Amino acid sequence: MYIIIGGGGDVGYYLTKNLLHHGHEVLLLEKGSSRYATLSEELGPAVLRGDACEARTMEEVGANRADVVIAVTGDDEDNLVICQVAKKRYKVNRTIARLNNPKHADIFYKLGIDVTVSPTKSILSLIEAELPSSRFVQLMTLKSAGLEIVEVRVPTDSPLVSKALRDISLSRSSNIVLVIRDKQPIFPSAETEIQANDDIYALVNREGEEEIRKAFGVIE
Amino acid sequence: MKIVILGCGRVGATLAGMMGRAGHTVSVIDQSSDAFQRLGPDFQGTTFVGNGVDEDVLVRAGIREAEAFAAVTNGDNRNIMASQIAKEIFKVKKVVCRIYDPIREETYRELGLETFCPTIVGSQIMFDAITGKKQK
Repeated sequence: MYIIIGGGGDVGYYLTKNLLHHGHEVLLLEKGSSRYATLSEELGPAVLRGDACEARTMEEVGANRADVVIAVTGDDEDNLVICQVAKKRYKVNRTIARLNNPKHADIFYKLGIDVTVSPTKSILSLIEAELPSSRFVQLMTLKSAGLEIVEVRVPTDSPLVSKALRDISLSRSSNIVLVIRDKQPIFPSAETEIQANDDIYALVNREGEEEIRKAFGVIE
Repeated sequence: MKIVILGCGRVGATLAGMMGRAGHTVSVIDQSSDAFQRLGPDFQGTTFVGNGVDEDVLVRAGIREAEAFAAVTNGDNRNIMASQIAKEIFKVKKVVCRIYDPIREETYRELGLETFCPTIVGSQIMFDAITGKKQK
């Protein structure tokens, strides 16, 4: 695949290295001259000095044959424009934008960006997951399908303790996919019994999230 | 009519003054409160410090009630993003966006944004003035 990346910060740098390692044709665009110099020492021809927001630069690097364009600068407006121009002007199939402000997710989606990744939000949920008091954490969202993966620590006073999954009525939109007990994974079946302090991983939609929360007796 | 102006540079401040004198209700947003000094003592409208691509800031400035929105910060991409938020999210009737880069301007004009490019307009005026003739 030919992948163009806009923005040579830490994210852009590690992403480029990783994708090169996986055998892709990658071109990283960085507009700052001193940052470019540092990057090109290590990445060589995989990095080019230029502004991914400039149509002229994108023309030069053959954006019209790119399979994916990824915008990971520190400014959301730049990331939006990089992806929109790639999509509308160069007909790039898949565009991925980094969101610095998690609140921009809806706007980007409405404006036609295929995928958004919000490190701020991810870091928040990862830290939340490590807090001892946390009982309910949103681990990941699959936006296009309207699904999310959530983690629930079963409270000791949960009404579901010692119940088998077959006796727990949850709708089809709440799928318990994994139970971790004492660091051991259990792939749940109808016979699996819930215990206090189990970590439950579930694939749910918006309504399912509420249902899981209620069923396990988890108060936010 | 109520208008929200994003960016209080020379153009933003001048436009705000013109709109105010014409009897319109004006809100001006800028990242720096210093910029509002350009508005002068006669300015009757309201000013808001904040980031123009932040929905909350736009709401505070009254974008929900606005009939017009002008994006004239010195960042093309900021203007583009803010204009699209005004148009697509808040359904503001009249949205005008300044884009310095002619190629980007063309792209977003084709996408249905009302844009103008001071680079082209300014160059054309200079060209006409120097050559003494109209050239298209």
